[in-house]
Order: sequence, then C-alpha cells, then structure tokens
Amino acid sequence: MNSFLATVRRDLLLAMRRKSEVLTAVFFFVIVTSLFPLGIGPEPALLRKIAPGILWVAALLATLLGLPRLFAADHVDGTLEQMALSPSPLGLLVAGKILAHWLLCGLPLVLLAPVLGVQFDLDASALGILMLALLLGTPLLSLIGAIGAALTLGVRGGGVLLALLVLPLYIPALIFGAGAVEAHIAGLGAGGHLSLLAAMLALAVFFAPWATTAALRVALE
Amino acid sequence: MLNVSDLACSRGERRLFANVGFSLAPGEWLHVQGENGAGKTSLMRLLVGLSPADAGTILWRNEPTPSAEFRRDMIYLGHHAAVKEDLTPLENLRLAAALDGIELDEHASMAALIRLGLRGREELPVRVLSAGQKRRVLLARLLTRPAVLWVLDEAFNALDVSAVKLLGELIGEHLAVGGMAVLTSHQPLPVPGGKALML
Repeated sequence: MNSFLATVRRDLLLAMRRKSEVLTAVFFFVIVTSLFPLGIGPEPALLRKIAPGILWVAALLATLLGLPRLFAADHVDGTLEQMALSPSPLGLLVAGKILAHWLLCGLPLVLLAPVLGVQFDLDASALGILMLALLLGTPLLSLIGAIGAALTLGVRGGGVLLALLVLPLYIPALIFGAGAVEAHIAGLGAGGHLSLLAAMLALAVFFAPWATTAALRVALE
Repeated sequence: MLNVSDLACSRGERRLFANVGFSLAPGEWLHVQGENGAGKTSLMRLLVGLSPADAGTILWRNEPTPSAEFRRDMIYLGHHAAVKEDLTPLENLRLAAALDGIELDEHASMAALIRLGLRGREELPVRVLSAGQKRRVLLARLLTRPAVLWVLDEAFNALDVSAVKLLGELIGEHLAVGGMAVLTSHQPLPVPGGKALML
C-alpha cells in the first residue's frame, strides 16, 4: 500500500514540476465547452438540451489528451522497467499512476463543470447531477484509457491509434453520464443512470489495473 | 543460488544464442562478453524476467524466476538512465526506494550520493547534470536498495576513471559480503576473479 501512495506522490510531484502538461488538458476542456454557446448563440432552451452531451464529449476528449503521457515518459527513461522489476506488485504501482492521472486530468474537470455549465443555462440541481456524473465517470475514463495507453505504448503514431482504440470504449460512460443529466432535466430522476455508471466504475477499478499491467508487460518485452 | 541452464533466445527469425548456462554462488560474479549484437542485453533482460526465454530455466534459490523473492533479492540497472530529469538526485533516490516499498531516510540517501561523488549536487534537478553524473545517481541505488544479485548492463558506460574505480570497489564490497553480480562490459573490469561467459 505504501508503494501505491508513493507512486501517486511521485506522479503528482513530477506534474508540479511540469505544470504546462497538466494545464493543457484543463484549458482544452474550458475552451471547447465555451466555444459552443458562442457559436450557437443565446438560445437557452437549445443550450440546456445540448449541455450534457457537449460537456461530456469535451471531458472525454480532454481526458484523451493526457493519456499518451501516462506511461510514455516512464517508458522512455526506463523507470517503467524498474517498476516492472520492483518487489512491489506492478499492478499496485499502475493503480497509483492511474489515480494520479485522474487527480490531475479528471478531478479538475469535475470541479470546473458547474462553472462551465452555467454558460448553458443549467440550474443548480442539474449542475449537481452533472458533477456527480462526472465524479463517477471521469475515473472510469482514466481507468479505461490506461488500458489503451498501455496497449499503444511505444507504437509509432500511438496517439491516433489510442483515440481510435479508446473512444469506442468510452461510449457507455458517455451515454449514461450525459443521460443522467438529461433524465434529471426531464424530471425522470438520475438514479438509474448514476447507479449504472457506479457499477461500471466498480468493475473498471477491479479489472483495468490488471489489464493495464498485462499490456505493459508485453510492451516491455 | 543462481542456476541458469539451456537458455535460448531469438529475435524474430534470428537465433541470438542457445544452450547458455552458468551458475553463481555467493561471492561470485559473471562477466558476460560478446560482440555488439551478440545478445548480451537480451540475456540480461531474460535473466531479470523482462522478456520470456525461448527455452531454458532460470532458478533462484532453487525456485523458478521471476518469483517475488527474486524481485526482492535482485536489482537491475540497464542502459536507460532510469532517473527523472525533473527531480533532484535526492528525490530520485528516495522515490525509487519508496516505489520498492522501502522507507529511505534523508541521511542514508545523502550518504549514498556522497559516496558516489555527488556532494553539492543533491538539490539540483537531474536535467542539469552530465551524463556521467546521471549515471552516478542511478548507481547510488546499489547502496540504498538491499539486493543480493546485481545485474548491471554496461554499467561502466559514461563513467570517468574515478567512477569506474569506485564502481569496481562497490562491486568488490558487495561480493565480499556474499553478494553476486552479473555484468556486461566491453572493457576489462576492475573487479578481480569472476567467471566469463562468451556469447
């Protein structure tokens, strides 16, 4: 468990030394979500309708932006090799890296979403559901993305391949995440959608680090 | 302790080596020699368990590797720098230990860095150090990570005369307390004794 926390601490420290890499994903999210109200114009009914989808797609793409860096630097400088040979289980270290990735690329999106949601004329309760859906959904995006990042590690043009590989897998999260907010706005209650999102997250927490570890071992061969 | 028999490895269609075998007892070391491309690094990676062998067995304390015990007893330093450029030598050393589940206090890390001749460099980002100094930061891990088997691939590269001598001393001390080492190098090594394996 100590090595898990050490990995989180290490990756956060590295990110603090290189803030620009973290901030690009967050700024991307802010700018993309702000472009839509500007382009579409002030029609509150239309904006309310498209808000959940736009915010979720933007969150998805912002997460994707940070994914190639998840293992690439450690792979190039050889620290990933050291992790694979460490007495600590690689799965634990990988889980730590995924958590650090979410803290840097996912959590800021959750915290920014209500501010950006105001541009789409969402009311307070809808913003709350949006935050909750993103809180359950963004870790899921990081976990699934880590599998893709590990599978495309060291592949030339891996970034594009990663998008092609991971984006289809993000569809369930997108449907239920955006669906939760839409259902709430329509007065149907978001409980079902959020439960499904939580179930997917629980499944991914269990399987994704394991699958990522297996893919990394292949990449290191 | 370490018994390797009938090891074979190929890259694509090309057979790099076959029927490689050796054994090491406490206090012994092996010098793996061979031309460029003979498969020295491949052998090292097979040995530590980074890639699977085509054939053959590797036994550590009579158990097939990679076992949890082997991972704990072994340290591998390869071609890569394996240090983080944005962190200081001190941070690198302590975080590497923490990932291995070892709590390393500042005093022990400083002692290792001083031994490797990095006094006064411990708070600089590794980015600004020279290639040889980066290598010294990595080699400091030999002192902070308790391991029985040292697997060092081209560890003497980029080191100056005094560092080569120092690493020779470190390996000598390690062997004297019952450690083992497998080394690759093109140059004659400043460590007495040792078996040789020609690929």
